[in-house]
Amino acid sequence: MKSVVANYMISRKWLLLALVILLILLPFVLSDFRVNLLGRYLAFAILVIGLDLLWGYMGVLSLGHGIFFGLGAYIMGIHLKMEASSGGLPDFMMWSGMTELPWFWTVLQHPVIAILAGIIVPMIIAVILGFFTFRNRIQDVYFTILTQALVMVTVTLLISRQDVTGGTNGLTGFSTIFGFSLSDPATQRVIYYVTLGCLVIILLICSRLINSLFGKALIAIRDGENRLRFSGYDTSMFKVLVFTISAGIAGLAGMLFVMQVGIISPTQIGIIPSIEMILWVAIGGRGTLIGPVIGAILTNSAKTFFSESYPDIWLYFLGAVFVIVVIFLPGGLMSLGKKLKRRNSNEKGQTNSKADYSAS
Amino acid sequence: MKKGKKTEHTRLIAGFIGLVCFLLMLTACGDGGEAASDQAEAQMHPSETGEEVNIDESEQIPVGILHSLSGTMAMSETSVYEAEMLAIKEINEAGGVLGKELVPIVEDGASEPNIFSERAAKLLQQDEVDVIFGGWTSASRKAMLPVVEDNNGLLFYPVQYEGMEASPNIFYAGAAPNQQIVPAVDWLLENEGTEFFLLGSDYVFPRVANQIIKAQLEENGAALVDEQYTPLGHTDYNTVISRIRESEPEVIFNTLNGDSNVAFFKQLADAGITSDDVTVLSVSVAEEEIRGIGADVLAGHYASWNYYQTTDTPENEEFVAKYKEAYGDDRVTGDPIEAGYFMVHLWAQAVEAAGTTEVDAVREAAAIEFNAPGGPVVIDSDNQHVYKTVRIGEVGEDGQFTEVWNSDEPVKPDPFLEEYDWASDISGTLAGE
Amino acid sequence: MEAILIQAFNGLSLGSILLLIALGLAITFGLMKVINMAHGELIMIGAYTTYVMQTIFTQYMPAGLFDLYFILAIPCAFIVAALVGMLLEYTVIRHLYGRPLDSLLATFGVGLILQQTARSIFGAPNVGIVSPSFLEGGMNVFGMTVPVTRIFIIGLVVVCLLILAFYLYKTNSGRRTRAVMQNREMASCVGISTRRVDITTFAIGAGIAGVAGAILTLIGPIGPAIGTYYIVDAFMVVVVGGVGMLVGTVVSAFGVGVMNTLFEYWTDASMGKVLIFVLIVLFLQWRPSGLFSLRTRSLD
Repeated sequence: MKSVVANYMISRKWLLLALVILLILLPFVLSDFRVNLLGRYLAFAILVIGLDLLWGYMGVLSLGHGIFFGLGAYIMGIHLKMEASSGGLPDFMMWSGMTELPWFWTVLQHPVIAILAGIIVPMIIAVILGFFTFRNRIQDVYFTILTQALVMVTVTLLISRQDVTGGTNGLTGFSTIFGFSLSDPATQRVIYYVTLGCLVIILLICSRLINSLFGKALIAIRDGENRLRFSGYDTSMFKVLVFTISAGIAGLAGMLFVMQVGIISPTQIGIIPSIEMILWVAIGGRGTLIGPVIGAILTNSAKTFFSESYPDIWLYFLGAVFVIVVIFLPGGLMSLGKKLKRRNSNEKGQTNSKADYSAS
Repeated sequence: MKKGKKTEHTRLIAGFIGLVCFLLMLTACGDGGEAASDQAEAQMHPSETGEEVNIDESEQIPVGILHSLSGTMAMSETSVYEAEMLAIKEINEAGGVLGKELVPIVEDGASEPNIFSERAAKLLQQDEVDVIFGGWTSASRKAMLPVVEDNNGLLFYPVQYEGMEASPNIFYAGAAPNQQIVPAVDWLLENEGTEFFLLGSDYVFPRVANQIIKAQLEENGAALVDEQYTPLGHTDYNTVISRIRESEPEVIFNTLNGDSNVAFFKQLADAGITSDDVTVLSVSVAEEEIRGIGADVLAGHYASWNYYQTTDTPENEEFVAKYKEAYGDDRVTGDPIEAGYFMVHLWAQAVEAAGTTEVDAVREAAAIEFNAPGGPVVIDSDNQHVYKTVRIGEVGEDGQFTEVWNSDEPVKPDPFLEEYDWASDISGTLAGE
Repeated sequence: MEAILIQAFNGLSLGSILLLIALGLAITFGLMKVINMAHGELIMIGAYTTYVMQTIFTQYMPAGLFDLYFILAIPCAFIVAALVGMLLEYTVIRHLYGRPLDSLLATFGVGLILQQTARSIFGAPNVGIVSPSFLEGGMNVFGMTVPVTRIFIIGLVVVCLLILAFYLYKTNSGRRTRAVMQNREMASCVGISTRRVDITTFAIGAGIAGVAGAILTLIGPIGPAIGTYYIVDAFMVVVVGGVGMLVGTVVSAFGVGVMNTLFEYWTDASMGKVLIFVLIVLFLQWRPSGLFSLRTRSLD
């Protein structure tokens, strides 16, 4: 049994290595614009690792990760906006009749504080939310729908408090980051590699986590929470912890995203984007860390490709992918090989594909 | 043990299949960038559907078109996009610009600001267009602004907006506040009453518009009875209507956006409040929106725009006929549609005058007069907005406007309201920069 | 005093609309444990059916009969949406029983497809309908003028509710439905065709969404994306009410409606919306399974 696990790990490692080398080399062959796009996808890839921990391994589906992603992005956005306006009031505050900067804007002026806040603030919110929600045994579907309510609250607040958030326009018009020009391709390349670095580090940390006893506990929660609880584990604290970790990861992803896109607005963190994030996990393969990473990069590349060339078809395609993946390929792309193989070999008695994914 | 090994292999294979797909996708993207294949273009070059369109520099000029063709804003932006395509077709039929054919490269903004910014970058960097026609919401314009500035491109923006902006890289073909809101308030004060109820969707344009209106009301000694904002997409206006009943305004100044207008007007009519009881003046309800609301509940209310389908100019007669011929007899035109149409022509004429599509030269040459369907328009070289005639119209039973007032001559655009002393609090700090 | 009465009526009216959009969901989600994110699009189908009926009447029927279109549109909307619902159940949902979160994702995809289909058939802009003349104007109730439309909606919701309750509790096929929903294996053992029950129940849920769509044309827009305005509200109502209990949905719809109207009256529409959602989140902390829920001793 042990060697199975080892083999399994080795294959993942090779795959990861191939992916990383590819991603390191791609900027040398792609145009600046494509590299920038790829960098955004990598930010999404970071986000989905957290989501995968939560959903793929622990079976808790959050449709509210847009909130944490958005928090990270807004915090970094505020910092960048402060840099751009060099301490003055941004234009939207002037129209709204503000005369001085709100306190959290001033605090975020310092780059180190901004970076830390972008990760820690989402985590704090996740701890508070998670603590009460999981303690009160709000489970499965109820949790999922509750997170949707939270997204509604966040988006409505962001839009209606436009004097401090920029409203529907969001935050945009950044010029420099830590003193370097954002429009300079060299800066963008550095950000790209920073993003890639973050992705690899987070991937490694999370795979460490998954292969520890802690990881086993997560899978046990997914497959039979009550049994674990009866064995004396405090499952709700596990849930709070993983929820918090994934919120922190989402915050980091949000920060990296805003650096490369140069804009963050409420539509990016609403209900539909939050569901789309889940799709990336599902397409890549939930419960495999590398799968969702590939899923995020692949789906977003496809989105760009299709909507550049065939804007109409994109929505049909996206919708169809949702349906097909969920029904026919619950293990995502990572299970594609297995699926094909099974079809080829006429082995009997292998009908139960649900076994792996009884999570949901 | 055996099973485990098999899983390992298959997972490996699956992973690599994924990688290969991804690579293919990326290369496809690289090519797809230049291959501006879109249904719209297919109409114009039927033979080139789905194939790569290589821009021949000596024969063709690529122009970018960037509107939301999907998502919530598609309902408004699709028509503007069609009007722009119509203008491009006309120009090409008349021999093109500088003897070259215009080739539209159409992108979908998908109603999301970050997609607008991404696609604007794609058009300017990858397709190397010099001009983009596009945008609708303030959010989409704000998203494209840094992109066109960084890449020194030109953006033509077709919609009325809240002002307080004048980027050297944007031409604003829609009305600035002093070409729509300010004259509308003046007209209301003179003709309809002095007790105002301000109702808007909760986002940037209504908030800024209402700031301006409040300052103007104060200046004129008129009363503000209430000010309400509802979230975008709000559909229950009972409570707002109760407030209207309680505060008994003479005028409702309506800056609601999109679908909310439908709900508001239907429910206002249901509540038995007609245009005899209170006048509603809207600034975001054009002919196309009227069709979605139903002319019966809107009849007798007013709107302020720079153009109506009924505007009586020879150019408009021709424009309406062409638009209907191209997109169907049941279609209607409207202010943003007209702006989308004339701004393409304005750009084309500026290019002719400059002798090149190069951005700085076009900007220099842009102070050109053009006879748009809504009357003559001229670009103001100070702020790159357009001189436009202000028109106030009353909605009739047929869903068309009857003009009740106009400004006689094109009004000079004043995005920061510098000419108005009462607006100094709102604009002072901004204009000083 | 009058203001309070009017607000109470507004709350009731909003509650009736919430109930109408949530009722179909209460069946598919509450009874069948399927999270149907395409519920909003079924509402949209109902709305477009009404629009099509109006077009048919204006083109082919004498003008005098015009008002009838709306009366006919309601059953038509039910039938069209129910048929789409059946198709949806047969192609997608039946693979997903027992996997509620997966059903959420798959039906979200179906929703996207339906939206885009509507956009290509009817165009991206909203379409308009003319309210039938018998629904125009106001009525005098307890000294205040209330719109006839609102009274009509409240009445129709009550009728829908009564028919549904009668079906579920008094007819044989309704009893079979409840049996399957409460204990699928046992029901199957005593000879109930669970497949047939599933498809009928889902079709009924979809049909009610269609009726909701037809009614909503009276007070709101008709466009490809209207489903997205209602879907989250509908889920909140069902979850607060408690899964599997119609009475819970009714209480929660009116509760949420009245609270929302009050909050909006005290603050403004945006804050009202924020407060009501915060309240729902807090409420669920207190009662994780909603107001009413089936008692059960089973754990997993």
